[in-house]
Amino acid sequence: MKIKKHVAISESGVLFDGSTGDSFSVNPIAAEVLNLIKENKTEEQIKLHILEKYDVDPERLEADLYDFYAHLRQLNLLEKDE
Amino acid sequence: MNRQKLTIAVTGLNAFDNPGPGVGVIRALRACKDFDLRIVGLCYESMEPGAFLPDIVDVSYLVPYPSAGSDQLLNRLLQIHAVEKLDFILPNFDAELRNYIRISGTLKQHGIHSFLPDVEMLTNLDKMHLVEFCEKHGLTTPKTMTLTSIEEIDKMEDDFEYPVFVKGSFYEAYKAVNKGQVIAYFNKLSAKWGLPVIVQEVVEGTEINIAGVGDGKGTLMGAIPIRKLYITDRGKGWAGVVLADTTLVDISKKFIEASKWKGGFELEFIRTLDDNFYLLEINPRFPAWIYTCVAAGQNLPAAAVKLGLGQAMEPYENYISGKMFIRYAWELITDIESFQKFSTQGRL
Repeated sequence: MKIKKHVAISESGVLFDGSTGDSFSVNPIAAEVLNLIKENKTEEQIKLHILEKYDVDPERLEADLYDFYAHLRQLNLLEKDE
Repeated sequence: MNRQKLTIAVTGLNAFDNPGPGVGVIRALRACKDFDLRIVGLCYESMEPGAFLPDIVDVSYLVPYPSAGSDQLLNRLLQIHAVEKLDFILPNFDAELRNYIRISGTLKQHGIHSFLPDVEMLTNLDKMHLVEFCEKHGLTTPKTMTLTSIEEIDKMEDDFEYPVFVKGSFYEAYKAVNKGQVIAYFNKLSAKWGLPVIVQEVVEGTEINIAGVGDGKGTLMGAIPIRKLYITDRGKGWAGVVLADTTLVDISKKFIEASKWKGGFELEFIRTLDDNFYLLEINPRFPAWIYTCVAAGQNLPAAAVKLGLGQAMEPYENYISGKMFIRYAWELITDIESFQKFSTQGRL
């Protein structure tokens, strides 16, 4: 999974797609996940990272991440070949 | 470095809620370090805000409306030229362009340069002929039909699904969801802008605008794509951001190669969710947000002036994305005497 080339995440948690001009406000956990994706971490690595850092039920996390990735695809924020 | 002394006349100083490009064009020209400028504003009305902005224009003159024709315009410009010694004219309204093109040869004989397309180029790319142009050159545009009478709306309904856009031949567009609305907009637009009225298929997506300059030989000298982030209820961009997507510049190059466009332009596209680009229309002049291009690293009005003066320049290859503009409203204070002088004497 790869974030599109022109998508930038600001420290204030705003996602800006420089190719379309779309802006999205994301919460701190979403920003953290997005930055992990940008660092080329796999979905498994991201899941483990969040599980280690936060007190969260693994099944709940998996479902939430699945929803989040689907949302990113729907908003056209991921590279097409993924 | 010696700065070139130039006197440039600019139109479109109507910086209203439906703004003309003149003030943005002048700001761009003044930002060019190669020029030492005297700017002459050309106005149709004595309350065009740009005429009252001392940092924008040095002097302003009233000129006859486009409907008065090119002879009257030429006479007035030569009167102004006798006082101001103009080097260049940069018109910024669609509706006045044909008059300026018609007299551009005579103006040049008087030493007044310009950088404009010819009438044929303008006609080939106007709203009525855009479909033919796009089909010929592999560009995509929404399905379009021209209406010259209300009776033709029945035929339109055979080929189009509602909603449709109903557009004036120069300006304004409305979305119509039924025949009654098409008739109402047809009457409104034909009364204001004349015939034909244009009907266009509605393509869902994001509107993208590109400002650029063509050299008249098929080379794109520069282009900046933006997305409007805030649009007023009159459909005008009040904020926008420069986009990073070079696909848009590639499409502009294709357009310029095909059209051999000469001068400034604005392309309006719809980008669909599956990343297809539909060319909605071509405006044969710079947009009102043109100063944003300077911030993004391309001074397109200055490029048009240099090309019109026959000066060599390399095309811009890069720009800075993420630059953003936000327009604002501001009360300009002047004295009634200034307004009276401009209204009665035609010079400010």
